[in-house]
Amino acid sequence: MADLSVEFCGVHFQNPIVLASGVLGVTADSMAQVVRNGAGGVTSKSLWPYEHKGHPNPTIITSEHWMLNAVGIPDAGPEKAREELARYREVCDAPFIANIVGGQMEDYVAIAKEVALMKPDLVEINISCPNVEDELGKPMACSIAKSSEVTRLVKEALAEAGAPHLPVVVKLSPNVENIVSIASSVLEAGADGITAINTVGPGMAINIETAQPILANRVGGLSGPAIKPLAVKYVYDIYRAKKCPIIGTGGVLTGRDAIEMMMAGATLVGVGTAVWARGQEVFGLIVNEMNEWCDANGVKKLSDLIGKAHPKN
Amino acid sequence: MLILNTLPQVVKIKKIVQENEQVKTFVLDLSLGAKPGQFVMVWLPRLDEKPFSVAMDNGVELHLAIAAVGPFSNALHALKEGDQVGVRGPFGTEFACEKGQRLLFLAGGYGAAPLYYFAHKASAMGCQVEFVVGARRKDLLLYTERAEQLKNVHVHVATNDGSAGFEGFNTVLMEKVVEDAEAEGKPVDCIYTCGPEIMMLKAAQLAERKNIAAQISVERYMKCGFGVCGNCCVDGLGVPSCVSGPVMPLEKVLQLKDFGKYHRDHLGKKQYFNF
Ligand SMILES: Cc1cc2nc3c(=O)[nH]c(=O)nc-3n(C[C@H](O)[C@H](O)[C@H](O)COP(=O)(O)OP(=O)(O)OC[C@H]3O[C@@H](n4cnc5c(N)ncnc54)[C@H](O)[C@@H]3O)c2cc1C
Ligand SMILES: Cc1cc2nc3c(=O)[nH]c(=O)nc-3n(C[C@H](O)[C@H](O)[C@H](O)COP(=O)(O)O)c2cc1C
Ligand code: FES
Repeated sequence: MADLSVEFCGVHFQNPIVLASGVLGVTADSMAQVVRNGAGGVTSKSLWPYEHKGHPNPTIITSEHWMLNAVGIPDAGPEKAREELARYREVCDAPFIANIVGGQMEDYVAIAKEVALMKPDLVEINISCPNVEDELGKPMACSIAKSSEVTRLVKEALAEAGAPHLPVVVKLSPNVENIVSIASSVLEAGADGITAINTVGPGMAINIETAQPILANRVGGLSGPAIKPLAVKYVYDIYRAKKCPIIGTGGVLTGRDAIEMMMAGATLVGVGTAVWARGQEVFGLIVNEMNEWCDANGVKKLSDLIGKAHPKN
Repeated sequence: MLILNTLPQVVKIKKIVQENEQVKTFVLDLSLGAKPGQFVMVWLPRLDEKPFSVAMDNGVELHLAIAAVGPFSNALHALKEGDQVGVRGPFGTEFACEKGQRLLFLAGGYGAAPLYYFAHKASAMGCQVEFVVGARRKDLLLYTERAEQLKNVHVHVATNDGSAGFEGFNTVLMEKVVEDAEAEGKPVDCIYTCGPEIMMLKAAQLAERKNIAAQISVERYMKCGFGVCGNCCVDGLGVPSCVSGPVMPLEKVLQLKDFGKYHRDHLGKKQYFNF
């Protein structure tokens, strides 16, 4: 049995597989169940500083190779988040990543202050959701100035709220011209790591009998196996340029996929859409497959594989 | 079972039957091989999509019994025969029984429809079914006439106002039927229930007290229907009720922290039952 544990921004994870934001992340007990199923840690669904309605249904549709979602990040606000995180701590030891989002700059500050008091292990800033574009969504994901500003503001807010050492990762969108320059700028603004990537697109699926887009929101973020090569490439590019801690997310279904993501440079591997393809048990399945691969290939410590696909200078 | 393709199929409404002032049965021109207890998502483009239990899937047609309670179900009720709807599924777990068993069904509201479908199957498996149905008054009863026609299915009616059958709650009638079965020397093997949570809570409590097996249809606010969004996850177990339910055995239901106490709305916020 290989040592599967990893250190990420100073936080210890028993294994590198973490639940990606937005999937099975509404309640504490659901996230605790994801850990019981084998995940090394979890990420909450994006938290808002106020109650935020999502989109009407259909919000998630799938075909054999992809998923489109336009859930629209519904959230009941900080009071619920506080209760759920407290409950999570009662029932589960694995690290908790609080993913935060807002419609405006001030929102990120407000939710960061709230979250600081909830004492998560890490904060992930979502600047990249493609299905709330009418709000901050795309304008921020693509702007070096805005994404570094939000990082700086969140860091300051956490410090003000008494959590100056709480590590912050910024979750980037693949729908940008140069993801490495966004990554560089948020790291310079104080981010401790990067999550790459959020969903791609948005995309659309049309029902031809009714000639209507299927998602009520018409468009939604693309995830699942179809986006894995993009995710691997972006993780690779960011790691090559910055050698920073990365949560590699996008299309991981199997232990081999997760190892590929680590070789590209990821320390943690986010898993979301795979729940659709392999069920709630997918986390443990992936961890077992990684372990078997390590054993079969004489790898004693999984973390030795991080960035292995990069040439040694 | 894992479902990879969840794109809705668009089908014609073959027939619409007004069952009572609240409920219409929609007969759709397709079969999804859905089992009793499972549900489908019904889609109206540009409006919404919601879960509905299967009231019959006979290999040719799919029946859904839909109560008009809000914007989406009212929009469905405004449709005409020949109009189209989208459906995807089937999703979730099914009711199960063994050959020759004696079963008690407890139904309230539209819950009578999926239990009718199950009665159909149980009857064919040589089971004896005590079908306890309740409604506020006689003209709100659902599927009782249909159920009475099934072999070895005995319908027991309760109405709050006494306009038909037993006067009072069907949960009180249920206890009586269970005790009569005991007295007869052929006790009930399993209790099945679908309908309002307070009613199902009473059924669970009776089953626990009397040490009878039970299968309970736990309905929570569902968005995706296939275990991804997490909105329908039940507290205690933390599993999505759209995949690990809606039908759950009593042992599981007794581990739920929310059963009989609260459910979560579309934002994931707890809404306490006030009964
Ligand atoms: C597994 C399952 C099976 C169901 N089977 C049937 C059925 O056979 N017949 C039937 O008439 N109804 C059934 N329902 C309930 C049905 O989905 C809702 O009553 C209906 O969608 C109401 O929508 P609306 O817009 O008309 O009303 P709204 O005003 O939106 O809602 C009225 C009430 O319905 C419930 N509801 C609304 N949306 C949902 C949702 N997405 N998931 C769960 N509950 C919801 C809530 O309790 C809400 O308070 C089932 C629900 C579930 C979860
Ligand atoms: C249904 C669904 C909801 C999502 N919601 C969020 C969210 O609230 N916040 C966020 O940062 N990312 C969200 N995402 C993006 C995922 O966290 C992840 O970055 C993306 O789906 C790619 O990974 P995957 O292919 O493993 O799902 C969501 C994805 C899906 C499929
Ligand atoms: S409805 Fe989405 S997980 Fe159950």
